[in-house]
Amino acid sequence: MSTLTPVVEGAYVYDTKLSNQGRNLNRMCFSLKDAESREKFQVDEAAYCDAYNLTDEQKQAVLDRDWISMIEKGGASIFYIIKLAAIDRKSMQDLGGVFTGMTTEEFVAELRAGGRKFG
Amino acid sequence: MAEIIWGLATSHVPSIGAAMDHDKTEDEYWKPLFDGYGPARAWMAEHKPDVAIVVYNDHANALGLEMIPTFSIGTAERYNVADEGYGPRAVPNIEGDLDLSEHLLVNLVDEGFDMTALQELDVDHGCTVPLSVYTPDPGDAWPCRVVPMLVNVLQYPQPTAARCLALGEALGRAIRSYPKDIKVAVFGTGGMSHQLSGERAGLINEEFDRNFLEKIETDPESLAEISRGEYIEQAGSEGIEMIMWLIMRGALGDDITRIHDTYHVPASNTAAALALFATEAVNAADNELAAV
Repeated sequence: MSTLTPVVEGAYVYDTKLSNQGRNLNRMCFSLKDAESREKFQVDEAAYCDAYNLTDEQKQAVLDRDWISMIEKGGASIFYIIKLAAIDRKSMQDLGGVFTGMTTEEFVAELRAGGRKFG
Repeated sequence: MAEIIWGLATSHVPSIGAAMDHDKTEDEYWKPLFDGYGPARAWMAEHKPDVAIVVYNDHANALGLEMIPTFSIGTAERYNVADEGYGPRAVPNIEGDLDLSEHLLVNLVDEGFDMTALQELDVDHGCTVPLSVYTPDPGDAWPCRVVPMLVNVLQYPQPTAARCLALGEALGRAIRSYPKDIKVAVFGTGGMSHQLSGERAGLINEEFDRNFLEKIETDPESLAEISRGEYIEQAGSEGIEMIMWLIMRGALGDDITRIHDTYHVPASNTAAALALFATEAVNAADNELAAV
């Protein structure tokens, strides 16, 4: 993160540095908006990652569906990796559970109880 | 001359559209939200605009972070519904309004708002969900033409809230100087509090939201003073979308009436709200009708 970007504890403030770091991973995920690309990805995920020049770490995170690593180490934006989640028929609530160490059901229940409070 | 008849602030959560597309609006989970929309929908159905200006942000469906226009405006004849990974929503494609787009673009740039012109644009849930909130059953075509206006809220630095309010004021002047006799509605979309990723995923800040929902009518200047860091801290990484409501608010002018609002938690990971405001123009027209 750039020193010019505000620091907010517990939040990613996505900026140009993260965007550069995640550029290829975001590009790959962006391509999945096309049905043809989704099919191609599913045929050979590793080769698809290579075609977008992902780093080994980014590629492994994609193959393992390690959502936290894609964001924290891979520099991806949540709005991009949600397209990868869509291929697995996973929702933003499934990912919310992953980010917070809860099951999807627990995460959904917290939201239905009014959401998570901070500060 | 063109006149602005109303402004609608609404969340644009994708699952709100999905609930409508898959007949889930009567489910226990969704019913309270859609019941809350009822009075606003009934009023809007009685006050139909010719054109809607929909202020929203793209979510990696049309703009791919290789170029990040801070403010942009659609200048196309038509806008197709984007495939966001699940196939496109089964709602009509959008008919644009080239003459109005050009008028707004030129007038805004003349006022110092250097908009990016989008000659091609697939619209995602940010645009189609608010249209569904307005018109749940559009049939083969939406009931109005649409001019999309996009704001970067995904990557820092987003525009400041103050700049959004000022853009809205310029947008209002630009609409009112359009020579054709058309009725225009302005949609400000996104919010309310939500954070999708990180440790604070699932954040909801009802106190912040309620204050915003009140002040968007009575004291938008106080909301314009809030820094981007504070929006993110208080309302979440994605809650900063609320700055787009200020564009709508700025366009409406001073003399507005709150027709209806509703607030509900949750719509998937988000606090969802709607607020509908009539302008002086529509109030005057209604009074005239009542007098007859």
